[in-house]
Parts: sequence; C-alpha cells; structure tokens
Amino acid sequence: MSDLLRAENLSAGYVTAAGLVQAVDDVTLSLREGEVLGIAGESGCGKSTLAALLARNIQLPLRVTGGTLSMDGELADLSRALPRPQRGTLLSVLPQGAMNAINPTTRVRDLAYDVLRAHESGVTRKSARERAAERLGELGLPPRAVDQYPHELSGGMRQRVVAVISTLLNPRILIADEPSSALDVSSQQALVALLRDLLSREIIRGVVFITHDLPLMRSVADRVAIMYAGRLAELGQTDQMLNEPRHPYTRALVGSVLVPEPYVRRHRIEGIPGSPPDLANPPVGCRFHPRCPLADDKCLTDPPRVGDLESFAYCWRVAEAAQGQPVAPTAVAGSGA
Amino acid sequence: MTGPQIDEVTASNPFSDSGTPLLEFAGVSRVFGSVTAVKDVSFQIAPGQIVALVGESGSGKTTLARLAMRLLLPTSGEIRLEGEPVGKHSQRAYWRTVQAAFQDPSASFNQFYTVRRLLRTSLGVLDQKLSRDELETRMAEALTQVGIPPAMLDKRPHELSGGQRQRVMIARALMLRPRLLVADEPTSMLDASLRVSLLNLLRDLRDQQGLSILLITHDLGQAYYVSDRLLVMYRGELVEQGETEAVVAERRHPYTQQLLADVPKLH
Repeated sequence: MSDLLRAENLSAGYVTAAGLVQAVDDVTLSLREGEVLGIAGESGCGKSTLAALLARNIQLPLRVTGGTLSMDGELADLSRALPRPQRGTLLSVLPQGAMNAINPTTRVRDLAYDVLRAHESGVTRKSARERAAERLGELGLPPRAVDQYPHELSGGMRQRVVAVISTLLNPRILIADEPSSALDVSSQQALVALLRDLLSREIIRGVVFITHDLPLMRSVADRVAIMYAGRLAELGQTDQMLNEPRHPYTRALVGSVLVPEPYVRRHRIEGIPGSPPDLANPPVGCRFHPRCPLADDKCLTDPPRVGDLESFAYCWRVAEAAQGQPVAPTAVAGSGA
Repeated sequence: MTGPQIDEVTASNPFSDSGTPLLEFAGVSRVFGSVTAVKDVSFQIAPGQIVALVGESGSGKTTLARLAMRLLLPTSGEIRLEGEPVGKHSQRAYWRTVQAAFQDPSASFNQFYTVRRLLRTSLGVLDQKLSRDELETRMAEALTQVGIPPAMLDKRPHELSGGQRQRVMIARALMLRPRLLVADEPTSMLDASLRVSLLNLLRDLRDQQGLSILLITHDLGQAYYVSDRLLVMYRGELVEQGETEAVVAERRHPYTQQLLADVPKLH
C-alpha cells in the first residue's frame, strides 16, 4: 500500500523583492491511508505554506526550490498546479474561513451543483441536490440544509456543510488548514467527529489537519508533525508527542497549553520566551536555539535526525540522550538533514 | 510545568474591600427587534477581580461586553458603575474608568494611522492635558507592558502581526489607566505561548495594580487559568456563576457540563 502523500526533502519559498524567503525547508513526511496527520506549530512557522505545497496550490510568489512530492504513489509535477480533473477527486482543501468562502447569495445545493458539474458534464441540478442531501443525511447532518442560504446556518454548521460538499466526489486526500480556529469548542468537536466519520466510511482516505491547538490535535490526529521556522522539529504518534515530547520546542508548546484542570490554575505557566524568527533571516543551526533552554554551542550546527521516518526529532540533546553520551557534530553529519 | 504556587486570590486580595462593586448588572436585558440577546442578567465585578464570561458563539457575550462599555444601553434593568447608574456618567467620564480591547484588532485600527497616532487619539478621553514628554512616556510604558518595543510606535497596522495588533489594542486601553478592562476574546489571534504571556499580564495587572477585568472568551482553559469568578452564558442568559474553581468542579448546569466535556484534553 503506497502512501497517499509523500514529501521528500521538500523546500519552497516566497519570491520577494529582498530575495527568496524560505518558508518550508527540507520537509520529509508522509500521509498514510486511513490516518489523520496533524501539523502544528506557532504562526509564521510555515504550516500553511506546507499545506499549500501538499495541495499543490503553488502559485507565484510561492516557488518550490527542491525535493519531491508523490501523490498516491505518483511523482507530482511541482512546476504546475494540481490538474483540474484531480481537484476534488484526488484532493480537496478545507480552508480556515471555509464558511466565508461560500457565496452568500446562493443556496448550498447550488454549491453542490458547481462542485459536481466541474467533473460530471451530464449532472443535473436535481440530482446534485439529491446527492448532497443524501450525503448530509448519511453523515448525520440535516438534509434540509441543501435548500438553505449560508446565513441561515450557524458558523459551525456552515463549516461542516462545506466539508461535506467539498468531499462529495470522494477525494482520497483532504487538506484541512486551520478549519476549526474560528469555531467554539463544541463546534470544533462536531467538525472533528465529521472528519473521522468521513474517514471511517472511506469517503476520504486521509487527512492533513493543520492547527496550532494541541489539545484539539489529540482528538483528531493519529500522528503529529511539529514545525518550527519552516522545518520539522519532531514527528510521531500523537500520544507519544503530547505525553513524552522529545524536542524542547514540542515540550515548550505542550507546556503552554491551558486546560481547565487544577494544576493549570495553581501555577504560573510561562510561555516560550521570544518569538519565531523572521524566515528571511533564520538563525544558523537549530532554528529553535535562540529560544531553547537547553541550547549550547553545538546547536549552531544543523541538528541530526534521531529516529526513523515514522517517528523522529531533529535535536542535538535528543541525539545525546539516544546514544547516552555527548555526540560530536562531525560524527553524525550526513545522517541528519 | 513548574512555578510558584499562587495564593487563592480572592481571599488575600488587598484591593477588594467589602464595599460597592465596581460594576454591577442588575436584571439587565437587551432586545434587538425580536431577538433578546441578553436576558435578565445579574452579576457584579469587585475591585481587583478578574471575572470571566464563557459561552458558545452567538450566546450574547459580545452584546454583554458592549453593554458593559456603555456602547449600548439596556432595554430593561440597570447597570451601575461604583453604585451609580451608567446614565449618570457622561460617556467620556465612563471611559476614564472602563476601557476595552475587542476581539478583532484590524477593525479597531485606522490603517493610515501609526501606532503613535492611534494611541495619542485615545488620550483625548482623559480630562487633564498631558505634556509631550508625559505622553511619550505613557505610550512607551503601556507598550512595554504588553511586550511590544516602543520603537513600534512609528509602525502602521499592516506592519504588525495579528498578535502584535491585539497587544497594541490592550496597551491602548491600559495607557488610560482604567479601573476596569473589558477584554473581548483578547487572545483570539495569539499562539498558545503568546496567549499565556498575555494572560499572565492580566494576572499581574490585577495583583499589582488592582485592575478589574471582564474577560470574555469561549476558551474555558483560559478562563480557568486567570479568573476569580466565572460566568457561564447560554442563549443570552447566565446559567451559572460563582467562584471559578467551584463552577468547574461542581458543573451544575447541563450546559456547563457540555462545555467542559467538549474541551479537548491534553493528556
């Protein structure tokens, strides 16, 4: 069984007047069938750029500068966007403001018709409406939503309806970029349940879910990749990542989470000092080192990858812990990034 | 997750006296046409207290904030500031005591104004004239408090990130040295780590300056971390209120139970 998505050493940047700003740097990861892969990190760490690359929504000023991407086992041509016939069938995107992306003057059924018409020339309005209503009912949403205007639906319901309509053609891959940030917790849970349902019914086969909300990650993702300043810091099973983070950045992120549990209230939780670097001028070596409590001189050199492609962290301290002794930068050069 | 234990704030708060509450809502309703956005709401905010208001989207949280800011007047019921009905204060006088930072910072900025001009304009609310130096000092202090270098005074909104804009809006409110800050989703654009710093700032302002804060959020985790009292709003009504820890521990109302059940767990 091949991976749905496989990025190898993928790098991309934005062309600006001041030169290329490398927003994604040497990212290797895969999306397997049946899984939700989460991508987390602070704002400005390249999450959305990575989502655009995986969705092959590559338009200037964004330019791929290296690496490869395979979709469903086939090497993708990264010089052009995803060909039309594959949009919505191989891959769909659920953006952050999906609920605001719907035309307020048309009903949900017209949106469904537009989606189906793009791929099936003979489709009628009537059959598009029926298919959308049936799909909504199947997923436990009110079928009557097809006859409603966007403003008649609540924000959470709108986001769920858009998720259903954008997957009407059973795309294998769904890229969800912060789909829940504007929703309250109850609507977030409903959206997550819907995505899980789409997966278990095999309507979609894999989801890349981007969010900066770690507790939400726990309820949606099977594996999580943590990004920092355009690079991957750590990737692994969700449970392991949140319970025993290896990378100091993951640990700091997990430590900043506020949940309504007594230990949170009785302590003063300190965030991560400083802010992510300007990607036009990132620090040398490990990009987290200026903010890292464990950094030393070694961290001025690119950190090695510790672990296999299924689960890894890029960190000198993790490398030392794994070997039980200090590691010289030269000894592992080449095994790393 | 280490740090000094923090005392139960309400018990040892040097700023709260048994006297009049700073802000009081008594049976307040607000009707828009056929919609009752806020229905028979009563609560109090004592000096030096952080009160958090939680509820889902559309529950009436922002209408309540606008009432507290005297941007709307109640349809029925009474809002009192230091025991006086809000109608007795002129709007300017009211805003000397109560300041707000609203959720969408881009809607509060004039995109052609620099941060300096934005801040300076707000100082018009004050009754005394400040000298040029005093002005600059106040602006710089307020920005430093929220973690923004005073050099940013000459930036325009598009040169700031969403999180910076949100913090500038809070600095703007703090600069006027209000006694009550109404903060409506002040952290909606911030990452987890910046969010914590901002909430810590609110805690410090309460503990060191006795500032009262009405924090409006849909994030129970944030509310739980900073607040002394918790108000739970559902469809325009306050369905539960009390000491934060007690409300979360006892969760009497079904909506509070639902809200807590929906908060994703980290471990």
